Amino acid sequence: MATETTAPKARDAERVLPNESAQNAGAPKRRNGRWSGYWQLLKVRLLELKREPEVVFWVFVFPLLLALGLGIAFRNKPADISSVVVIAGEGAQKTVAMLENSPQHSGIRARVLERDAALKAFHFGKFDLAIEPQTDGGFKYYYDPARPESVLSRAEVDAALQSAAGRKDAIATSTEASSEPGSRYIDFLIPGLLGMNLMNSGMWGIGFALVEMRQRKLLKRFVATPMRRTDFLLALTSSRLVLMVIEVGLLLGFGVVVFHMPVLGSIFSVMLLGAIGAVSFGGIGLLTACRAQKIESVSGLINLVMMPMWIFSGVFFSYERFPAITQIFIKALPLTALNDALRATIIEGASLASQSGRLLVLVLWGGISFVLALKWFRWT
Amino acid sequence: MGLTIECTDLRKTYDGKVEAVRGLTLRIASGECFGLLGPNGAGKTTTIEILEGLLASTSGEVRIFGKAWTENPRQLREWIGISLQETRLSEKLTVRETIELFASFYDEPRAPEEVLEELQLTEKSDSWVGKLSGGQKQRLAVATALVGNPRILFLDEPTTGLDPQSRRQLWDIVRGFQKKGGTVLLTTHYMDEAERLCDRLAIVDHGVIIAQGTPADLIDRLGGHHVVEFQVSANGNSDGNASGDSADDADWRALPGVESVRRENSTVCLSVHEPHLTIPALLASVEGKGQRLEHLSTRQASLEDVFVRLTGRHLRED
Ligand SMILES: Nc1ncnc2c1ncn2[C@@H]1O[C@H](COP(=O)(O)OP(=O)(O)OP(=O)(O)O)[C@@H](O)[C@H]1O
Ligand SMILES: [Mg+2]
Repeated sequence: MATETTAPKARDAERVLPNESAQNAGAPKRRNGRWSGYWQLLKVRLLELKREPEVVFWVFVFPLLLALGLGIAFRNKPADISSVVVIAGEGAQKTVAMLENSPQHSGIRARVLERDAALKAFHFGKFDLAIEPQTDGGFKYYYDPARPESVLSRAEVDAALQSAAGRKDAIATSTEASSEPGSRYIDFLIPGLLGMNLMNSGMWGIGFALVEMRQRKLLKRFVATPMRRTDFLLALTSSRLVLMVIEVGLLLGFGVVVFHMPVLGSIFSVMLLGAIGAVSFGGIGLLTACRAQKIESVSGLINLVMMPMWIFSGVFFSYERFPAITQIFIKALPLTALNDALRATIIEGASLASQSGRLLVLVLWGGISFVLALKWFRWT
Repeated sequence: MGLTIECTDLRKTYDGKVEAVRGLTLRIASGECFGLLGPNGAGKTTTIEILEGLLASTSGEVRIFGKAWTENPRQLREWIGISLQETRLSEKLTVRETIELFASFYDEPRAPEEVLEELQLTEKSDSWVGKLSGGQKQRLAVATALVGNPRILFLDEPTTGLDPQSRRQLWDIVRGFQKKGGTVLLTTHYMDEAERLCDRLAIVDHGVIIAQGTPADLIDRLGGHHVVEFQVSANGNSDGNASGDSADDADWRALPGVESVRRENSTVCLSVHEPHLTIPALLASVEGKGQRLEHLSTRQASLEDVFVRLTGRHLRED
């Protein structure tokens, strides 16, 4: 019974210390509670993330920049004003005056330019339509049938000029502009960016981080202590959830403040979806990281896993554009499920219960990955 | 005296072909400082990691405080402190945060402040780990091992790459731990470290122990206490095989007090028990052969000599 005889000896020698230090340094030997390891692991993980400028940029700033850039590039012009150019010459000023006096004047903005400059600007898309007054009092339109706004503009301008010239409408009609908030591109985009961001940071924040720690032999050092392995994984997941709340809050807040995006679903539902997404992708990240020894190999693997979802899961454009036969596969991807559920909740105010199919897809991906990852995981 | 660490006929074969450890048996008593000494690739890290329960052995038995790693690993982990050969601790955490983290894993850790004080890291406690010098990083690694208040300290090459002063600081820490009743197992390829620090040591080469005992014992048993080194040349001719040929070796061996003869390039090394008898005889013999002594020195024998004697190689060939 070597234990009985040797172990207490070492203890006794050290027991002298605590009493002393309790008096002078105010640092009595402490007894750690069940969760002390977990809390410390969570704390250092968050500290490390905070101290890593790249993480702050890619996780928080980059999605906002992407939303801002794409939101501006694809913004809807207010009530679709037709921008037209009138080719200078006889009758040009008269044409502008006719347009301004027409009932449609609020929807048309006209400028006069020399012929060459006018046609060039039209071809570059600066104007939707070019108008050339003819010597006989008629007009010639230059329009581009491939550009929807050009087609619209031709109809609009023609109606304006005809009625200014005295044509009477056969029946009276009235119109009302109604650009539904929630149906614009930015409203489509932001939930997609949210989903993509949750995928990115789940895969990198768990998968890459783990392999990096394995490569540094830090995982091995940790399992050489009495640390509970479940605490370690739990802390890593918790850190993802903390980050998730900030990511979702920032991006949604940004959409609401800058683009007046409507959020119809409850913030609780959105956060819950975010949490499920973050944890599922964390599970997939764990699986990609379960054996890789080098960060280079896990980086390749992570990109390989994420690439199809960037393209097919409807982040930037609707996946309806892909052939019908592929839809079932696309819908089985975790990011598709997350994006669709986020859009339904945020834009349409759908209840979580109505999203149960998509949630199931997410939970299955995350759950199966997690179980396999634990089975194959190497700490050393 | 109870046994703290035991292993019997330990074997480890990597991937079915690299035989890193080939039948190693150790008995380390409580309160001992035991050293594993050997050249690169000898199997030191493999052995110590099996003892630490971090690596599965191919065969053989390991007991720590009489318990196998399969019995109650968490309890054993509470009792041991480890510093791996290479761990890169998180660079963007401070020294104190790192120690607090490791302390949090143990049921009854020591106060982090106290450990930092002991390892002279108090000044650096708010610096990021990435900003520490090599020696400070090594001390921090040992601090993470000590903060759990262990009974056994496993140190894998704790002083490799350190300057002499940092090495001595680490030795003091190890001795301090031992003085409080702790048991230490360390690996090293520094002979002087093994000689000064270890109560007992095992010289490991190609996965087996080729000699074991106290440093003095090993030197005594295998080399004699003194080494006489000299070069000779035939008169007026100092080219080529200047120190004579192997035929001469028999003559050197026959000198009084000589234990063994070894050649290194053109230098002849004699392991001797009583240099005051050997040297006059050596001078006479050189003169008698009509040779000229080019160089002569004597020194205390070291473990290095033991190793070279055993393997024909130097411990560090870099
Ligand atoms: N994971 C591994 N896979 C395959 N072979 C390995 C592995 N680890 C070590 N080896 C081989 O096992 C042998 C012993 O290695 P080990 O690391 O135990 O030596 P060491 O004595 O610690 O050397 P050093 O002084 O360089 O640290 C070497 O030949 C090494 O190449
Ligand atoms: Mg080694």
